[in-house]
Amino acid sequence: MTAGTTTSRARAEAPPVAAATAAGTVPATAAGAAGARTGATSSGRKRRSPRDVLLRASVPTAILALWFLGSTQGWIDEKQFPAPWQVADAFARLVSTGVLWENLSVSLGRVAVGFAVGGLLGLTLGVVAGLFRLGDQLLDPTLQMLRTIPFLAIAPLLILWFGIDERPKIIIIAAAALFPLYLNTHSGVRNVDRKILEAGTVFGLRGLGLVRHVILPEAVPSVLVGLRVSLSVSLLALIVAEMSNAPRGIGFLMVSAQQYFQMDVLVVCVLIYAVWGLSVDLVVRLLERILLPYKRLGRRP
Amino acid sequence: MTTQTVPDLAAGTVHVQGVGKSYGGRTILSDFSLTVRPGEFVALLGASGSGKTTLLRILAGLEAHDTGTVDAPAERTVVFQEPRLVASKRVGPNVILGQRSTRERRAAASAALAEVGLGGREAAWPTTLSGGEAQRVALARALVRDPRLLLLDEPFAALDALTRIRMQALVAELCHEHQPAVLLVTHDVDEAILLADRVAVLQDGKVGVELEVPFDRPRRRGVPGFGDFRRRLLHELGVEEAIGAA
Repeated sequence: MTAGTTTSRARAEAPPVAAATAAGTVPATAAGAAGARTGATSSGRKRRSPRDVLLRASVPTAILALWFLGSTQGWIDEKQFPAPWQVADAFARLVSTGVLWENLSVSLGRVAVGFAVGGLLGLTLGVVAGLFRLGDQLLDPTLQMLRTIPFLAIAPLLILWFGIDERPKIIIIAAAALFPLYLNTHSGVRNVDRKILEAGTVFGLRGLGLVRHVILPEAVPSVLVGLRVSLSVSLLALIVAEMSNAPRGIGFLMVSAQQYFQMDVLVVCVLIYAVWGLSVDLVVRLLERILLPYKRLGRRP
Repeated sequence: MTTQTVPDLAAGTVHVQGVGKSYGGRTILSDFSLTVRPGEFVALLGASGSGKTTLLRILAGLEAHDTGTVDAPAERTVVFQEPRLVASKRVGPNVILGQRSTRERRAAASAALAEVGLGGREAAWPTTLSGGEAQRVALARALVRDPRLLLLDEPFAALDALTRIRMQALVAELCHEHQPAVLLVTHDVDEAILLADRVAVLQDGKVGVELEVPFDRPRRRGVPGFGDFRRRLLHELGVEEAIGAA
């Protein structure tokens, strides 16, 4: 369930990637397919008109205004949901006392380590299983089986094995990050257009050269999709991992706020997770700009 | 791979002798023989599924043959039906794909691009090119290696009619200039007559008929005898062209 929601969210928020991968996986011959082309073109650098921006911003602005209005007018019970200024106050308090950074840094550290381990492993295994038949035979069946286990389900087991220190948290995050990157890298490497590979062979590329100049560059769009999903899922893993017996972290902050009925702090934590998710998206988009300069230009109609 | 490369002995001559090839019990080529001399432009005509692309792939070293011998120069390049450019490389690096990117190679790439009418487009991304432009990059990529054998696998089939005419003229001109042995695989009779010195018709897995093209260059469709020659080739392909009620 978790993987499903994050994937669809990633897609909804990122039409450029979806279009880019669609175009990337279509063989060069089929590049004429109108669908792939128009999809990529619309993802190009088209400027939005002021009217468009206004309309898109209108609904979120209206929701914010309603929140303000509801809080001032007393339509919203403060005990159930804090007013915007209370949330702002709580945020300022958490920042000034250093409590926020103290916990956020711990959470960031956990994801950094967990993602580094799981992501790198997923990427490496994906490349190995994608490139070599033996690697595929040895790795793919096992990983495909393991990926069907919802990673959150192993949390209680890990806590029993490793106690409540950092290890189970990092393992859960690593496990969450591994599979999306493995799956997308594997299929990205596997599905490099045979025809382009053949052309590479005809023009003198062999072995490592073929991998370096054709296979890996052609697989990058797919890897980036995996990266986006991996980063989103590792955030979910972090939330779950920190909610069970964490001495510090944003999840710990939430659990203690819940115990003391600090609604404002709870909302701050939720917003921090939201900003986190948004940053993940921005980071991947930035990477796309750097690694896939040709995708931004759009196809010629 | 059983393709032999004998550059000294054959001196760039393509010599295919008694080649057989079958897939899953279905015979594609049987006792196929063909010779292409250096500088000669040969068109291999055949209906779709007749095995002409299989032969080209054997000559390109992309496929092994079951029986017979194949002598082809090692310096061979291919222009496929599709451009087959690497999307993540700019046009210049695509032209010298598989070669070291030295200053000389890059200059050669620029020269080859200029030859195909794409001078100054080295930094363009393949995705921004039209179909005709992409195919011209593929042609530049094939020519920049100074091939002794140029294999053309229906390179004009996916282009629109007007672009096709321009590309055919360009290929004729460049082959005349560079003088590689050329094997064009096509099902387009007009194209074969316009470009080739000699046309071989593929029938039942072997060359059924081989005809010298009796027209001077530059060639036009309307020259006297063109229609008869065309009908003759179509007849060999098993097609009688008469459209409309009698």
